Parts: sequence; structure tokens; C-alpha cells
Amino acid sequence: MEVTEAVAIDHGLKKEEFSKICELLNRTPNLTELAIFSAMWNEHCSYKSSRKHLKKMHTKGKQVIQGPGENAGVIDIGDDDAIVFKIESHNHPSFIEPYQGAATGVGGIMRDVFTMGARPIANLNSIHFGSPQHKKTRNLLRGVVKGIGGYGNCIGVPTIAGQTTFDESYNGNILVNAMTLGLVNKNKIFYSKAAGLDKPVIYVGSKTGRDGIHGASMASATFDDKIEEKKPTVQVGDPFTEKLLLEACLELMADNSIIAIQDMGAAGLTSSSVEMASKGNLGIELNLSEVPCREEKMTPYEIMLSESQERMLIVLEKGKEDHAKKIFDKWNLDFAVIGKTTNSKKIELIFDNKKVAEIPIDLLAENAPIYDRPWKKTKLPQKLKFDKDEFKSLKLSDCLKKILSNSNISDKKWIWDQYDHTVMGDTIQKPGGDAGVVRVHGTNKAVAASVDSSALYCFSHPLTGGKQIVCESYRNLISVGAKPIAITNCLNFGNPEKEKNMGEFVECVEGITEASKYLDFPVVSGNVSFYNETKDKGIKPTPTIGGVGLISDYQQMLTMDFKTEGNLVYVVGKTDGHLDQSIFAREILNEKKGPPPTVNLFNEKNIGETVLDLARKNLIVSCHDVSLGGILIAVSKMCIKGKKGIKINTLKGLTNKYEYFFGEDQARYIIEIPKNSLKKVNDILNKYSVHFDELGTVNGQSIVYKDDINLPIEELADAHKYWLKKYMDS
Amino acid sequence: MRSSVIIFPGSNCDRDMDVALKKFGFKNQMVWHNDKSIPKSDLIVLPGGFSYGDYLRCGSIASKSKIIKSVIDFANSGGLVLGICNGFQILTETGLLNGILQQNKFLNFICSNVYVKVRDKQNKYFKDLKKDVLELHIAHNEGNYFCSNDELKSLEDNNQIAVTYCGEDGTENETTNPNGAIKNIAGIFNNNKNVLGMMPHPERMIDKYLSGEDGSLFFKNILDNFK
Repeated sequence: MEVTEAVAIDHGLKKEEFSKICELLNRTPNLTELAIFSAMWNEHCSYKSSRKHLKKMHTKGKQVIQGPGENAGVIDIGDDDAIVFKIESHNHPSFIEPYQGAATGVGGIMRDVFTMGARPIANLNSIHFGSPQHKKTRNLLRGVVKGIGGYGNCIGVPTIAGQTTFDESYNGNILVNAMTLGLVNKNKIFYSKAAGLDKPVIYVGSKTGRDGIHGASMASATFDDKIEEKKPTVQVGDPFTEKLLLEACLELMADNSIIAIQDMGAAGLTSSSVEMASKGNLGIELNLSEVPCREEKMTPYEIMLSESQERMLIVLEKGKEDHAKKIFDKWNLDFAVIGKTTNSKKIELIFDNKKVAEIPIDLLAENAPIYDRPWKKTKLPQKLKFDKDEFKSLKLSDCLKKILSNSNISDKKWIWDQYDHTVMGDTIQKPGGDAGVVRVHGTNKAVAASVDSSALYCFSHPLTGGKQIVCESYRNLISVGAKPIAITNCLNFGNPEKEKNMGEFVECVEGITEASKYLDFPVVSGNVSFYNETKDKGIKPTPTIGGVGLISDYQQMLTMDFKTEGNLVYVVGKTDGHLDQSIFAREILNEKKGPPPTVNLFNEKNIGETVLDLARKNLIVSCHDVSLGGILIAVSKMCIKGKKGIKINTLKGLTNKYEYFFGEDQARYIIEIPKNSLKKVNDILNKYSVHFDELGTVNGQSIVYKDDINLPIEELADAHKYWLKKYMDS
Repeated sequence: MRSSVIIFPGSNCDRDMDVALKKFGFKNQMVWHNDKSIPKSDLIVLPGGFSYGDYLRCGSIASKSKIIKSVIDFANSGGLVLGICNGFQILTETGLLNGILQQNKFLNFICSNVYVKVRDKQNKYFKDLKKDVLELHIAHNEGNYFCSNDELKSLEDNNQIAVTYCGEDGTENETTNPNGAIKNIAGIFNNNKNVLGMMPHPERMIDKYLSGEDGSLFFKNILDNFK
């Protein structure tokens, strides 16, 4: 086929990009070369719209071993132990084919982690669906959950936490973000930078098929009515092979045979070989006739673009080929020497003894286009003035029950019951808490992880929203008694070619950066997913933050369930009663306008550190951060989990009870204090000048507030626990 | 007491089982599926997971693996063979245990704590066990035990039903049956009661920071009965 501008455009390249390619090469590329350019220059692989802004992120810290730019980020957790982690999106494929899309999302992120030599120890996910009333939602949800479970359960890595939301902006573009944490000895981390000349390049894992061709370009475009036609671009996962690949790679990594290793993810062999060569400032020569193929007569074009799963590319020390092959034979995996490193600084492809492509590496990597796209600032919406007379017709207990069973608040047990969350025998906090917690096997340490996003806040005011999610992640880790260490982020946005969407991206990133800098909570890895748009309708900006923290003695872990009758309950942090953008405003007042709650980073840090201090001194027995839904929702969850009631004290002064109970002010926690710790707790709170309210006392089997609320915990639990199950069964 | 845990490609509870066995004092060794023989053992464990990807049918390919002949010989000579989850599925596929494990009734994978009632204590696993109801953990997609009426009758007549799903107080009914298993069956013995297959994972319940501790009783009891 003759390569023309039209063919280039069909490959997702822009007219100007095609001219630039011809100019850089000083000739027209052949079809295989064009395919390689299109794979490397698309948004998904090149980060061409986002790179300029991502550079500003806060990525350094005392405990950071590896920041963004590798397969995953790495943090130091002491005693030579390190945690490797990253979150990644698989949005587009999951909308087209929910089971395989979600499954291969989980497979891909786990490979990113074990590529670095780490054994995966926990999975998390953040999944977002359209309105529950939308006709596709139920099936998409069912397929995604089955896909995530089908893959993770088979590998034998526990899924310890997650987040699920519903919003009509995802009707045509669901989001599936998967995160994995792995454990590695910090002296045995593997990187993707090739080094040394004439080193063998090894292909291991599954055979290459025709699946997933153009997957990365598909993920770099918006959807229209013809998405069914894109099904063949979705990869098909085989968790069994991945499990074998995991064990085989870790076995080979036990000695010093590997120079560099990179998984074949988006844009498969193309991106993995180019990245390894580019990082090592080398050339690479691949003989494509040696690539193990599962289908007949595959062309160089197809081999280079295939996104078949469960494959790795390795640069090996010379002479170690037989040793490595033995290991992969043991695990019944394909193993082939397919090329070598060279000093040409080019990627050179041979097929049937003919050279079929030759491109200087720097044209694909450094010279890939970078765009400074125009963007628009979002003004802070005006704060609403709620008519409090309108509240008089409401009943507090009805509001509570209604919000507890709201799709975004209700219990997600139906989902996480389908994920194996206990395999590996170290899960000490299961899904449903503020964060999932797994022990670092064989030690007293435990690692906590949480995934968070707040699309409503980010949509209303991206800068505040960006800050808020980082703080929420910080709080969730502190609530389980963990010291927050670092984050990974998955930036899900609409079309960057639109000023509004680009602006949402820029300002969310700015907010994330500001908060992570202030809280010393650096970003160590992440991914960007643009073009989450169908027929011109984009999603609400949904940056997802995956936070990781450390509990140095796992016996000090906290949970949110109320423990003992008679214990005191405090709200730590000040409540101003911010109702704009709250669930209460949406669900009860049908009011969607207004700004998100203000984020005060000083308070976040000060209050967070204070609560952590209380936890470290064993002065509190349960803890929960106050977020979506406000105090009454938070305290209800603590009651439901602990199967214990609470008697709430009469509010002081002129405070409006709806504002107090449902306001979504930030930087707040609810803590349970045994009576004998009370003085010490008060002293510490006063020492740090932290505001607190005496909310009430753990008492009986009902939640009671004056004459307004008297609800048995069982009734609350019913409202909270069964919405999703009923929805899925209906 | 010497134990061996067989690792099939796709096993994923092998390490957990190794940790549990060693914690309670078993001298445990790991055995690779392609090995021809099993080291001298007093107990062989087939762990949970997805052996050979559970392709074809859960446990079916493992039941034809190289090592399995040694397991069958060991069982037939009276040795203790314990299959947990996928291990139970493998044991039914080898014919050492009767019946089959179908997909769960509600077609979903289930990961949850469950209670099981110990139905027979005249065997080396549960003899003198201090509790009648254990809190264990399940994590499976195909744990819905089924067998023919004749097989069920013979299981009942010979007291081969080992454990059944129940409530905390021991009640057995439809609501305490997580996967639709016939007669709430969670685990069964062979005729000689030296082979035990069960869906629940005792190895995930071995300290108070995990889902619970009743798994400890299970392992300790096997050791006590061996002494």
C-alpha cells in the first residue's frame, strides 16, 4: 500500500504530523514505519498534550526511589523493602468490551509492577459508570467487575480496596482504572534502560496474535456510533499465562542475567523496544521472523502493532540465553532471541531477510510532538445561599436514609465479594474501609492503599478539586493509622483539543501538584487518559489518586467500626457546613451548582499529623475520615460496621443541623476515644490547636439525635447495604 | 509431621498453605507438578488456585498431571490427602472423591467468611476437635458441590460428609448456603476418610489479624491426631 496523507490520517496522525515525519525522515515512510510512528506519536504513548504540564508535578521525596518515567514508581519503606506501584486506565477498551477490557487493564498494570522485579501484593481499582438508569450501565458494571475479578483472582493477588461511582457523564465513556502494589528488595529493582552493545534481545510470554492492533490509537480518539467496529482493537487476556510469566520472570530475576526488561503494553513490541533503546541511548535490531506468532502469515506491520497480552521484552547479558530459556521452558512459555542492541541509534526491523523498517529512535521518542494546547480557566462558582426555611419541611432521619442508599454512598459489597481479597494471607483490612491494608509478608510492617476521585468537585472547580482528592487520599491513609508516603495518579479527561477540557486538565494537575507538595506526598507514577468523549459529550474531569502509606507496626492499624459502648466520639476539624456540591444538595435539594468545599492545606497537614499522633500513641480505637455525605453519613458507617449505636449531643448555638450533619467541609475525621485516654487526647488536640467537637457517645443499638433521629442500626444497614445488590438483580 | 504441598502451574494458594503448615509445626516441602515422585510425607496437600488455568474444567488437567499418580497411590495406601478449593476440584476429577463442583448458583465468584459445621469426627482431621462450627473463608467461582442421588446416599450412609455450610449457630438452610451446594456440602471424605476435599480455606484463617483464627484449630488438630 502506498503511504499517503490519507493513510496517515487513517492511522490517527494529523496532517501536520505526517509532514513532520516525512521531513524528519527526509522521505516518505513505508507502511510499517508509518504504523510505528502512529503508535509512538499518539496521545496514549507520547503524552503530547500533557507532557508540558506533567513536568511541573511534585515527584521527589525522601522515600522516593523511582519517580515517573519508569514502568512504575518505587518508594522506600525501610529495611531494604520497597513498594512498586502504579495506576493505569483501561477506559476505552472496557466500554467496548467490558470483561476483556477490564481484565487486561488489571493484567497490564500487574505486568508494569512485576517487570520491575516486584511481586504484586495488592490490587485496587477505581471504576466509574453512567447513570444507574442508563440502559448500558448494569451490563457494563457486571462485565467490568467480572473482568477485574476474573484476572486478579486467577493470578492470586488480593484486591483490597476500590471506588465505584455513577454519574451520567460516564454514560458513553466508563472509566476503569486499575492499580497494583508490589514488594521488592530495594537492591534488586529492574529498570527498562537497555545498556551495552550486541546484547541479545529476548521475547518471552505468549505468542503474538492479531488482537489489539491499533489499541493505543483507539485509546487516543473519541468514540462515535460505530464503536462496535472497534471490538477487534480490544486485547484478550489470559491470566493463567500471566501467572506463569510472573513466576518465570521473578525466577530469572533472582540472579543477574537481566540488563533491562519492559512489558509489551500499549503499542506492544513497538513501544517496548523503542523505549528500552531510547532510555539506553542505543539502537535496536529486531528480526521479526523470529517473533513467536499465534496466527499464520502475520506481517511486520501486524507484529509491531499487536497488543497481544502477557508478553515481555528483555535485554539479557550475553551467554545467559540458555539459562533463561530453561526457566521459561519450565513454565511452558515462549522464549525467542529476536534481536540485539546496536550502536546505530535506530530501530531496524528485519523480516524474511529483508530490512523492512529503519527509523532513528530519537524521532520516535524525544522528537515526538509536544503540544502547548490552549486552555481555559474555570472560574470559582459563586457560593449558593440556601433557603433554610426550605429545610423545615425536611426530616433529618429521612434525609439520612435516603443519602445512605444513594448510588455513590451505598455499600459496594456486591462488587468486592467477587474479588478475592484474602489470598496471600496478609490482608488485614478488607475492602469497605477507608483504605485497604496488607502486611509486608513476614514483617511487622503493613502497607495501606486507597483510590480516590471527586469528579463533581473537579467539574465545579478543577483547581480545588485537584487539591481535594490528594487530601482525601491523605486522610484515608491516616484513618487506618498509616503515614502517607506517595501517590500515583490516573488522569481521566475529555478531549484535550477543547479548551475547556484542556483547562480542566491543567488546573487539576495544578491542584494535585500544590497539595502533594504541601503534604510532602509526591507523585511517583501515573498515566493520562484523554479523549473520554462520545459524540461530543465528554466526561467530568476525573483524576484518580492512588495513595500509599506505611504502618510500621501493623498492630496499630485502625478501622472505622465503633468498638466499645461508652467511648466518646469526636469530630476533629472544623465544620462550617459547606453544602454546595454536597450529596445532600444534589439528592435532597436537587441543587447542582456552587463551589466545592475549600481546601486548607495547613489544616489538612496539621490535623492529619495530629490524628496520626493519636493513633501512634494508641489513644484512639477507631477512626474514619469525613468526606462525601458529611458527618452523619460517616458516623452511620461507623455504627453499621461496628454494629453499635451512638447518642449524638445537642448541637451548640445557632448551628443549622442540616449544614452541620451533611456539610462536606474538608480536613475532618471522626475518632472514638476510650474514657481513660480522654485527657491525653484533649491535651494533644489543644497542643496542636486543632478544633474538635464532642459529637456523642457510643451507645446502644440505635443512632439517636434529640427527637430528630432514632434509627436502629439494622434499619440503617438495610438502607446502606442493599442498594447495589437490588439494582443488579432488578 | 511431614507434609508436601504440590504446586501446579496456576496454583496460587501454595505459599499460603506452606506458611500455615510451617506455622503450626509441619515439616513442609513444596513439590513441582512435573516431579516424578513425592518426598516421604504424612500429609499431601493440593492447594487452591487455578491449576493449568482451570481450562477445560476446574482441576481436570491437573488430574492428569505427572505428579498425580503418586498422589493417587499415596491416597490408596491410606496416606492423608487434603485438597482445598482447587485441590478439592482436582480430587473429584481424579475420582478419589465423588461428585463434582459446578459454578456457584448465583454465577458469581464469592470471597467471604462462612461458617461450616463439622459433621464427622471419626477421622484423622477432625477427631477431638473442640468446636463443632468453624468460621472459615471461601473464595471460588465453582464451589457448588453436586453428586448423584446414589452417591449422596452413600456419602450420608458412610458419614463421608465432612463439613457443611451453616450459620454461626449451626443452622443449615438455603440462606446459609453461599453457592447452592447440594445439602450445603462444603467438604467430603473418601470412603476411608484419609482423603478430604473442601472448598473453604483454613490457611487464610490462622491469626487474629486476618479474617479469623479457626483455621489454626484445623491444622493443630491434624497434628494432635498424628501424635
